[in-house]
Amino acid sequence: MWQSLLDLGYGFGLALQPQNLMWCFIGVLLGNLIGVLPGTGPLTAISMLLPLTFSLQPVPAVLMLAGIYYGSQYGGAIGAILLNLPSHPPHAVTCLDGYPMTRKGKGGTALGLTMLSSFFAASVGIIVMVFGSPLLVQVAFSFGPAELFSIMLLGLVAGSTMSRGSPIKAVAMTVIGMLLGTVGTDVNTGTQRFTFGFLQLADGVELVALAMGVFGIADFLMNVNRLGHIGSLAKVRVRDMWPSKAELKQALMPMLRGTAVGTLFGAMPGTGPTITTFIAYALEQKISRTPEKFGTGMVAGVAAPEAAAHSKTQVDFIPTMSLGIPGDAVMALLLGALMIHGIQPGPRLIIDHPDLFWGLIASFWIGNILLMLLNVPLIGIWVKLLQVPYRFLFPSAIFFIAIGAYSVNNDFFAIWEVLVFGVLGAVFTALKFPVAPILLGYVLGPMVEENFRRALLLSRGDMAIFVQQPISAAILGFVILLLAAQVFFAVRAKSGLRRLPLAA
Amino acid sequence: MSPRYRDHLGGLLLIVIGLGAAFQAQGYEVGTLRQMGPGFFPTALGIILALTGVVLFGTAIAANARLAKASKAAAHDTQQDLEDEPRYSPEWRGWFCICVSVAAFALLAEYSGLLPATFACVFIAGLGDRENSLRDLLVLSVGISIAAVVVFWWGLGVVLPLFSRSFM
Repeated sequence: MWQSLLDLGYGFGLALQPQNLMWCFIGVLLGNLIGVLPGTGPLTAISMLLPLTFSLQPVPAVLMLAGIYYGSQYGGAIGAILLNLPSHPPHAVTCLDGYPMTRKGKGGTALGLTMLSSFFAASVGIIVMVFGSPLLVQVAFSFGPAELFSIMLLGLVAGSTMSRGSPIKAVAMTVIGMLLGTVGTDVNTGTQRFTFGFLQLADGVELVALAMGVFGIADFLMNVNRLGHIGSLAKVRVRDMWPSKAELKQALMPMLRGTAVGTLFGAMPGTGPTITTFIAYALEQKISRTPEKFGTGMVAGVAAPEAAAHSKTQVDFIPTMSLGIPGDAVMALLLGALMIHGIQPGPRLIIDHPDLFWGLIASFWIGNILLMLLNVPLIGIWVKLLQVPYRFLFPSAIFFIAIGAYSVNNDFFAIWEVLVFGVLGAVFTALKFPVAPILLGYVLGPMVEENFRRALLLSRGDMAIFVQQPISAAILGFVILLLAAQVFFAVRAKSGLRRLPLAA
Repeated sequence: MSPRYRDHLGGLLLIVIGLGAAFQAQGYEVGTLRQMGPGFFPTALGIILALTGVVLFGTAIAANARLAKASKAAAHDTQQDLEDEPRYSPEWRGWFCICVSVAAFALLAEYSGLLPATFACVFIAGLGDRENSLRDLLVLSVGISIAAVVVFWWGLGVVLPLFSRSFM
């Protein structure tokens, strides 16, 4: 307990070093900038800006990435509230009441509330992370390959079934991602798998190229000539942003409840942020005395989901950093970025790289404060940026993606990878497959395979090892429960008795 | 494409990719559970993927059959249900230009340097939008080219030459 606080103090000292602070600030600024642009969410922002961090030392690079993530997430909320344009799925819920607030002339207040709830929720999440991570690490050290395999399986199953939309399609996308993860040299035997004679594929599919193709180019392919003019916007002034006392009072309890929902779901690996925000919103609607008013600009409808999204994100860092198991696509991308910098997240991370781990936690807080400070003077500029026409935006973004892909390894092959994955992503999106699980599968796939092979090597090919270890058996039981619940809901929905609003 | 056959197509696509991957993985020595070879995991994944494809295809057939039954009873209701999302016509021009623009950057950057590649990439991609005028596009491409030189070549030190020898 005290040790955690001491370590945190050390982290603050590190994150407040002028140079680190500067990179965090640049990250927040650039992330906010890209997140605000219509049609680009955190995934696009991180994948586009990832190559910029390659020239940095690991610590400032990670601080900058965290900043980019924060900035782009908040930037996305601006578009959702002012334009009804969710560029990141979790913000779809924020649109429901955020946009009506804008139409009532309360857009500034909605933005201010978003900022307050996300700051509050992130702070709670950070505290949970400070005390939760070392505990989890202690447990994690006793995990063998069988336990690790089961946890990853849980993450993958939960990640694909607990999101919105068809679970079977999400499972399929996860498997495709895992298949992409097998491309390259097999670590145990040196066999070249799925390289089709391309030497450049020996090191595997390039993470940045995959992400930029699936989330960048594919988005442009889907939106070109369809995302047209954005009419004039309501003016947002700085003094509109501070909510009134009555509004603050209205927002307080939903904010607390949203934070609780987010923290709870953050602790479960694989549950995406989208489902968390929907649950937070549904909860508010359920306990509200005026449920019929939701969707007309309720303060609770903005505060609760935004708080849930941010505490969830924060708590999500616990399994990502201390087990090396990412909870959703964004975490998978950050995890991949760490690995590019030569850092393997896992139980040893806190011991081997305490500077990185505690510096990151401290930078979360600092990043959130920077975000608040930045957005007050810059809100006017962001609103203007929202009006940049898409026809100028996407050609410029394509250039940034192309040169970003090239600069990962100074290799032209990566640009071709971007093109292939872009087309693939667009085809799947057009067929209504969710593409985010591809990234989760891609990052987790190799780890799943390695632990599966290691576990069966230990047990001499006896599959029973996964149920003989008590922890592993319990986790697998939970996986089966999840799958059974899916089948149950699917059958019930088919029989047409009644459809749950949150089925799947 | 008609949303009606979307899942049929998606299911078939998954089956093809899954079986293809499993087939290809046979060349990598599958091994046994006791001593797994590099082909074991990809084979398993390929089969799982093909299975999800079969399930998706099956549910799509079942859904359409139910729909046909329902539409006999209540004329247009369910039909509308399925079609209520906006239908877009294929956007060939945009798709073509975006794909060519990425390819142009890859080729030109390799053979003629950063500046021609940047200009061509932005210009061609911009052509994909129907509302862009030539004048707007020229301004945009020149602007991004300048930004490319300042930010990437001069600022971040990307190793691409501005013009390479084989330019022209």
